[in-house]
Amino acid sequence: MTELLHPGLLLVAAGVALAPLRGSARAALTLLAPAAAIALVLALPEGVLWKGSFLGYPIVPFAVDRLSRLFALVFAIMALGGGLFALGQASRVELPAAFVYAGSAIGVTLAGDLLTMFVFWELMAVGSTLVIWSAGTKAGYRASMRYAMIHLLGGVVLMAGIVGHVAATGSTAFERFALDSPAHWLILGGFLVNAGAPPFSAWLPDAYPEASWSGTVFLSAFTTKTAVYVLLRGFPGTELLVFVGLIMVFYGIVYALLENDMRRILAYSIVNQVGFMLVGIGIGTQMALNGAAAHAFTHILYKALLLMSAGSVLYETGRRNCTDLGGLFRTMPLTMVCGTIGALSISSFPLTSGFVSKSMVAQAALDGHLEVVWLLLAAASAGVFLHAGIKFPWFVFFQRDSGLRPPDPPWTQRLAMLLFAALCIGLGVFYEPLYRLLPFPVDYVPYTGAHVVAMLQLLLFSGLAFFVMLPLLKRTLTITLDTDWFYRRLGPRLARIVERMIVAMDRFVRQGSLGILRAFMRGMGMALGDRERFARATSTSTMVAWVAVLLTLYLLFYYATQR
Amino acid sequence: MEPHWLVRPRTIRLLWRLFAIALASTVVVEFFVREPAHEGLANTFAFGAWFGFGACAVLILFAKGFGVLLKRPDNYYAAGDD
Repeated sequence: MTELLHPGLLLVAAGVALAPLRGSARAALTLLAPAAAIALVLALPEGVLWKGSFLGYPIVPFAVDRLSRLFALVFAIMALGGGLFALGQASRVELPAAFVYAGSAIGVTLAGDLLTMFVFWELMAVGSTLVIWSAGTKAGYRASMRYAMIHLLGGVVLMAGIVGHVAATGSTAFERFALDSPAHWLILGGFLVNAGAPPFSAWLPDAYPEASWSGTVFLSAFTTKTAVYVLLRGFPGTELLVFVGLIMVFYGIVYALLENDMRRILAYSIVNQVGFMLVGIGIGTQMALNGAAAHAFTHILYKALLLMSAGSVLYETGRRNCTDLGGLFRTMPLTMVCGTIGALSISSFPLTSGFVSKSMVAQAALDGHLEVVWLLLAAASAGVFLHAGIKFPWFVFFQRDSGLRPPDPPWTQRLAMLLFAALCIGLGVFYEPLYRLLPFPVDYVPYTGAHVVAMLQLLLFSGLAFFVMLPLLKRTLTITLDTDWFYRRLGPRLARIVERMIVAMDRFVRQGSLGILRAFMRGMGMALGDRERFARATSTSTMVAWVAVLLTLYLLFYYATQR
Repeated sequence: MEPHWLVRPRTIRLLWRLFAIALASTVVVEFFVREPAHEGLANTFAFGAWFGFGACAVLILFAKGFGVLLKRPDNYYAAGDD
């Protein structure tokens, strides 16, 4: 019976239905639709649930296995928490768009074929663009257009890959791909654009912080994690992903360390965390893939919590820069505690959800004798504590007294934060239910004495480094140039130079041809002007003389040809 | 007005002392829970402590240098160029 209802389409439909609703009906649907989606995802049987055909190709719009259930579940939980947090949002577009976005993300995870996956993939781009756009600011509008362009580009690359794959194999099934043809490279490229991989990582910190205080919470969850999901399904064990993941991990840390905008710090740390997941996918063992999947699950929850905390600060103060904030722990204690729990979770502190998931990726590197990868992941774990674990709560809630005394946010926002904080701690302590949901059987115990001690050493001494080197981390009113510079600054400037060249060339060609035309006209004027030779009156006798000359010439010509 | 208890110098001194004790105890505890399962560098004593501190120091210094090259005023794009 449950297989008749698609949880993704349910959320998309709820999003459309939300648009005209107001008041308590809107609030009720905002909470009931994701709750129903959660129940549905848990109740669905495994296997192919819907089949059909499109343009002569078989499609499987609805299929469930362990991996897709895990991601669909956390997306539905996210829609519920995000919906609760956004209940007080004044924008009438954001929540409907966010539900379409969340529903299509679930649609991607439940798609058994490439065509269905692609349709939901593009619908996600539309939903998420609307979420950014609904912030209603000029900067938000411009960022949403840049965001849309990058994602449409990614979509075109992905579509080209899918078309190539279907043309070569005749199959639309979403299976594991080998990097053996241009089509498969294109599919990987399309996936990596959404994952926030370099050189297209800049779209994420560019666009996400421009959404509203509640919009960024939704944005943090779906796009990059559906990319992780499709990479888990399509490219497990692809070694390239280890390198891409490591670059993302350190890119995220360095840029977040330099950043001043609190939500952009967290946006960079999304890239950093997705990097850990990509490393796991690239290692490709069962432990590594379990680790990547588990980390995606826990990451969605603690990152949402962090952005709820940052969103609450933005909601109450209207400020987003570390240089304007500080000392908020006095009047926003709940927001501070919840933000700190999120910060500890992202840092993989023992007894938080990040600890039980990220440890699996590191263990997989160790098991595979990838010592350099393991060392880099350990350094990155220290770096995560540095840039997100301490930096975010320190600069927002502590450091100096900014003089701001905002209260904690309204109860719906507080409840959403408490719910996600409870999940972060709950999954860190009672991790068995999460491990049971993972795609492969888990044979791993995160809490061994040696591991806990090693992790505590790593994190606490990172904390020491932070406070010892605090003067070097002083925030300034700056941004750090990223690859978006190429299309925000270099591209427009080049376009302007080319435009100027075209204008100059156009002027040259037109003036040149006009000059030639004028000279020609002048020449013609000299011969044909009303006072020139051909315009003069001629007497009849002269004309008769000329006719006689012509006739003579004709006769001469005639005799010459007769001979 | 008396400052909040958390930001009084006495509290901050106390917090630093507690932090130092926590740092020291994570290193001392390693004598009792050591697991020789790791290989290479990871097997060195108090690996997490020195490696965590060192990695962070390197990252901060690298970011600082990187920032010198690529930092711009935060209204860099505000001129309507993008």
